[in-house]
Amino acid sequence: MSAQSVAIEVTPAANWRLPSRGRVGMWCLIAAESAIFTIFLVAYIFYIGKSQTGPQPIHVLHVPIFYTVCLLSSSLTIHLASRRIAEGETAAFGRWWTATILLGATFLFGTAREWQHLIAVDGLTISTNLFGTTYYSLVGLHGFHVTMGLVALTMVAVFYFTGRLGREHSERLEVLSMYWHFVDVVWVVVFTVVYVVGV
Amino acid sequence: MSPTTIFAPASTPADSIFGLSVLVLVTVAAIFIAVFGLLAYVVLRFRRRSHDRSEPPQIYGSTQVELAWTVVPVLIVVALFLASARVIASVQNATHPPGALQVIVTGHQYWWEYQYPSLKITTANELHVPVSIPTFLTLLSADTDHSFWVPRLAGKTDLIPNHPNSMWIDPHETGLFLGQCAQYCGTQHAKMLLRVYVDSPAEFERWVRTQQQAPSSAASSQGQRVFEATACINCHTVSGTSANGKFGPDLTHLMTRETIASGAAANNHGMLRLWIKNPDAIKPGSKMPAMGLSDPDLDAVTAYLETLR
Amino acid sequence: MSTTAIPLPDVAARPLTLRLHEWVTTVDHKRLGILYIVYALIFLMVGGVEATIMRIQLIRPHNDFVSPQAFNRMFTMHGTTMIFFVAMPLMFGFANYLAPLMIGARDMAFPRLNAFSFWMTALGGLLLYFSFLGGDGLYGAGSAPDVGWFAYAPLTARTFSVGHSTDFWTLSLLSSGIGSIGTAINLIATILCMRCPGMTLGKMPLLVWLNLVMSWLVILAVSPLSAAQIMLLIDRYLGGHFFDAQAGGSAVLWMHFFWIFGHPEVYVLVLPAFAFASEIIPVFSRKAIFGYPVMVVATIAIGFIGMSVWAHHMFTIGMSAGANTFFVLSTMAISVPTGIKIFNWLATMWGGKLSFATPMLFCTGFLFQFLVAGLTGVTLAVAPMDWQLGNSYYVVAHFHYVIVGGILFTVFGAFYYWFPKASGKMLSEELGKLHFWLFLIGFHLTFDFMHIPGILGMPRRIYTYEPGRGWDFWNLLVSVGVVFQAAGVLVFAFNLVWSYWNGKDAGRDPWDAWTLEWSAPSPPPVYNYATIPTVRSRRPLWDLKHPEDPDWRYE
Repeated sequence: MSAQSVAIEVTPAANWRLPSRGRVGMWCLIAAESAIFTIFLVAYIFYIGKSQTGPQPIHVLHVPIFYTVCLLSSSLTIHLASRRIAEGETAAFGRWWTATILLGATFLFGTAREWQHLIAVDGLTISTNLFGTTYYSLVGLHGFHVTMGLVALTMVAVFYFTGRLGREHSERLEVLSMYWHFVDVVWVVVFTVVYVVGV
Repeated sequence: MSPTTIFAPASTPADSIFGLSVLVLVTVAAIFIAVFGLLAYVVLRFRRRSHDRSEPPQIYGSTQVELAWTVVPVLIVVALFLASARVIASVQNATHPPGALQVIVTGHQYWWEYQYPSLKITTANELHVPVSIPTFLTLLSADTDHSFWVPRLAGKTDLIPNHPNSMWIDPHETGLFLGQCAQYCGTQHAKMLLRVYVDSPAEFERWVRTQQQAPSSAASSQGQRVFEATACINCHTVSGTSANGKFGPDLTHLMTRETIASGAAANNHGMLRLWIKNPDAIKPGSKMPAMGLSDPDLDAVTAYLETLR
Repeated sequence: MSTTAIPLPDVAARPLTLRLHEWVTTVDHKRLGILYIVYALIFLMVGGVEATIMRIQLIRPHNDFVSPQAFNRMFTMHGTTMIFFVAMPLMFGFANYLAPLMIGARDMAFPRLNAFSFWMTALGGLLLYFSFLGGDGLYGAGSAPDVGWFAYAPLTARTFSVGHSTDFWTLSLLSSGIGSIGTAINLIATILCMRCPGMTLGKMPLLVWLNLVMSWLVILAVSPLSAAQIMLLIDRYLGGHFFDAQAGGSAVLWMHFFWIFGHPEVYVLVLPAFAFASEIIPVFSRKAIFGYPVMVVATIAIGFIGMSVWAHHMFTIGMSAGANTFFVLSTMAISVPTGIKIFNWLATMWGGKLSFATPMLFCTGFLFQFLVAGLTGVTLAVAPMDWQLGNSYYVVAHFHYVIVGGILFTVFGAFYYWFPKASGKMLSEELGKLHFWLFLIGFHLTFDFMHIPGILGMPRRIYTYEPGRGWDFWNLLVSVGVVFQAAGVLVFAFNLVWSYWNGKDAGRDPWDAWTLEWSAPSPPPVYNYATIPTVRSRRPLWDLKHPEDPDWRYE
C-alpha cells in the first residue's frame, strides 16, 4: 500500500468560497487587541476611588468633546474614502483619506494638550497615585494605537500622492480601515469609563 | 507518621477537609479502576494478529454511547461539587464564638510575627494556642506574599499585603504542630518554618503570663550596651529598652522559644552565637546582616540575649 | 488525473552559506515549522539540565549542591523555558508544518508574518538566557530571574527584585508573546480561508480543528499576559502603582491577570497534544476516529469553559466562599468534555486492529497517564482539598503528569509519526522502543512518587527541606527517575540525528494513513501539492484506497 503513489482528484469544486484572509486576520488582531484593552480597562475600573492621595478625576478631568468628535468623525471620513476607492474615484478617496489623517492627528494633539495641563498644572503624573497610573496607561495605550494607525494611514497617503494607489487596492484599504474603526470603538469605551463613569 | 501529613487532622477545618478528601479519593479511585481497566482490556484484546492486513469494521460513532458517557460524568461532577460547596461554607463562613482567641499574624521575609491584641502580647515564630478553644488568625503581610500552612490543623491561607485574610483552628489535642510558608516569598522561603504549640489550659496560662511580664530590669550589662549601640535596635524590639525596631522579630522573651531564625536552628548558645555572627551560615539570603562584631562583643551580646526570658 | 512532483534543481549541492541564508530568510511554513521544533528541542535539553540541578539539590535534606539563590533561579528558568520556549514552539512548529498540508494548501495565509513570529519567539528565548550574563545590571554579576514562572507581585517590585533579572523575564515573554499572537492569527486565517475545495469545517482533520481552537485561546489569553507585563514594566520603571501595596495597589490583581492567561495557556498546550492523539490513534487502530462531531464540540467546549476556571489557582488567596464555589463548579465542568475525549479515543481503539509501533506506544502511554492527570486535577478542583494540596508537590506532580505524561508523550509520538514525512526517512523502531521504555520508567519513578511529599506537607519552590517530615525517601526516588528520563531523551536525540542520515526510506505513506499530507512526497516539495486536491470526506485517502466503501457514504 505505501509503495504506491496516490492520485488525488483534480476537478475543482464549483462555488467554493472562503472568507478573505485579510479580513479574518484583521478580526483576529482586533480580538487580541481588545483583550489587551480589556485588562487595562479592568485595572482602571478596579482602582476607581482607591487613590489614597493626589488629584482625583473629578478635579482634573474635563470631557474632551471636541477631540472626541474629531476622532469619531474620522471613522466616517475613512469609510467614505473606502467607498470612493472601491468605485475607482481616486481623487475623492485622496480628499477623504487626508481628512481622516488630519482628524486623527487633531485628536492626538488634543491628548497631548490635556496631558501637558495635567502634568504641569494639576500635578498628575503616572506615578502620582493609582488614578494617574491607570489613566495614563489606558489613555496612553489608546493613543499609541492611534499613532500606529496614523503611521499606516500616512504610508497609504504617500502611496496615493506618488500616484501608486488604485482601485485594485480597495480590499486592503478596507482591511486597514477596519483597524481604524476599532481604534474609534475603543475610544468610545475608554471615554465612557474615564470621563463619564469614573468621575 | 509524618508530622505534616494532611491525613492526620487534629482540628476541625483539617477534619472537614479530610472527610471530603476521602469521598473524593474513593470516587476518583473508582473512576480510575474502571477506565484503566477498560484501557488495559482494549490494549490487550484488540491487538492486530500478525499478517492480518484487513481493515476492521469502521464505526463512526454512537449517540447513545456518547450520551451515556456525558450524563454519568455530569452526575459525578454535581455530586462532588455539592460536597465541596458544603465544606467551603462550613470552613469559610464559620462564626466567631465568644471566648475564641484572636491572633494577628504578619508575614515577613522570612519570619512570622504574632500579636495577641486582647492579651497585649507580641512574639515571633512560635505560636502558642490553647487546646480545644478556637483561635482565629488574621493574616497580614509586611512585604511579599506568604502562606500559613500547618497541614494537621487546617488548609493553607495566604498572607498578602494590603489584603487581610482570616482563618481559624481549634486543635483537639495538645502538642507541637509543624508547617512552613507555602507561597514563594523570596530567597529564604524554604526556611520560613512554622511551629504551633497547642497548650493545655494550664500551660497556656503559664506561657501568657511569661510573655506579659516585663523583662528583668537588672543593671544594664556589657552585652546590652553593645546591643543598644549597634544597629540591632533598628530592627528588633526589647520592651523596656531603647530597642523598638519592627523589621525583625521581637526579642523581649527570646529565651522562651525553642528555635531561632523561624525554626531554622535550635535556640542554644552555639546556634545563637553563630546566628548573630553570620546569619548567612544558617539562612543564606536572610534579611539579617552580619554585624561584624568582635568576638568579645559577640559573646557579650549573646549572653545578654540569653537573659531575655 | 495523476500528480507528479515537478523536478526542482539540485538544491543540496549549493554552498553552505547560501543554504544557511535560505533557512534564516525562509517564509516556507515547513522550514519555519522545523526551525520552531529544533529550537524547542535545544531548550528542552536546557530545561532538563535545570530540572536535574534541582533534583540533585533535593535528593536529600539540607543538601548544599547549589545555593538558595541559584536554586530559585533554576525553578524560575525551568518553568519559563519549558512553557514558553519548549512546549509552545513545539506546538506552533507542528501546527505550522502540518496544518497547510492537511488542508490542501500551499503555505500559511501570511508567510512573512510567520517568519516574523518565529524570530520574535526566538529572540524571547535569547533574551531570557542573556539574563545569566546581564541580569544584575550595574552590579555586573548577572543573574537569571528568580521570581517563579508566575512572577507574583509584589515580589517583582523594584524593592524586592533588585537589578534587571525580572525585566529579562518580562521582556523575553513580551517578545515571544508577540510571536505567539502572530502565529495564532496566521493559523486562524489559514484554516478559515485556505482549505481546499470540498473541505468544509466538518471535514477538516481533528488536528486542524484543535489547532484552530488553540489559536483562539492564544489570542484571548496571551494578550492579558502582555497587558499585565506592560503594567509591571510601568510599575518598575515609570513609578506606576498597579501592584504597589503601599499606594493601594493590589497583588491579587496581578494574580487574576496572570491566571486569566495561565489557565487557558495549559489548554493551548494540551489541545495540540489531543490533536496528535486524534490523528495517530485511529491510524494504528485501523479505524476512523469515534464520534468526530462530538470531539469537535468537546474541543470548543473546553475552549470556552477553559476561559472561566482561572481562579482555581487562587483558592488559597482569600476569595469569598461564593467565588471559590463558582470556580469549583467551572473547573469540574471542564472534566466532562475532557473525559468524553478519553472515552472517544478508547472507543476508536475498541474493535480495531491495534499495532504498537512507536507512535502508538507513546499515544497509549498518553491515554493512561492523561487519565491519571485528569483525576488528580479533579481532586485539586475540590477547593478544600486544594487548601491542603495547593502550592505543594502534589500540584507539581499533577501538572508534570499532564505536561510530561500527557503532552510530551504525544509530542514524542508525533515525532515518530511525522518525521518520515518531513525527512523521507523512518526513525529507528528499535531506538524508538528503547526511548519509550526508558522514558516511561523514569517518568513514573519521578512523577508517581512526587505526589506523596505533597500529601505529607512539602510545599513547592523550596531549595531544601527539614529531615524528619517523612519526605526524604520519596525525594530520593523522584530524583533517581531523572536518570532514566535523561537517558530516554538522549536516545531520542541520537535517533533523530542518526535516522536523518541512515534511516530507511519512508516513501509517501509509511503508515497507510488517510489524511492529505500522506499523498505528498516525503519530504513535500516547497509548493506542497502540484494541483490543489478536492476532497469529499474526512479521510480522503481512505476513499481512494477503498473506492468500494468510501467515508463520504457514512458521514
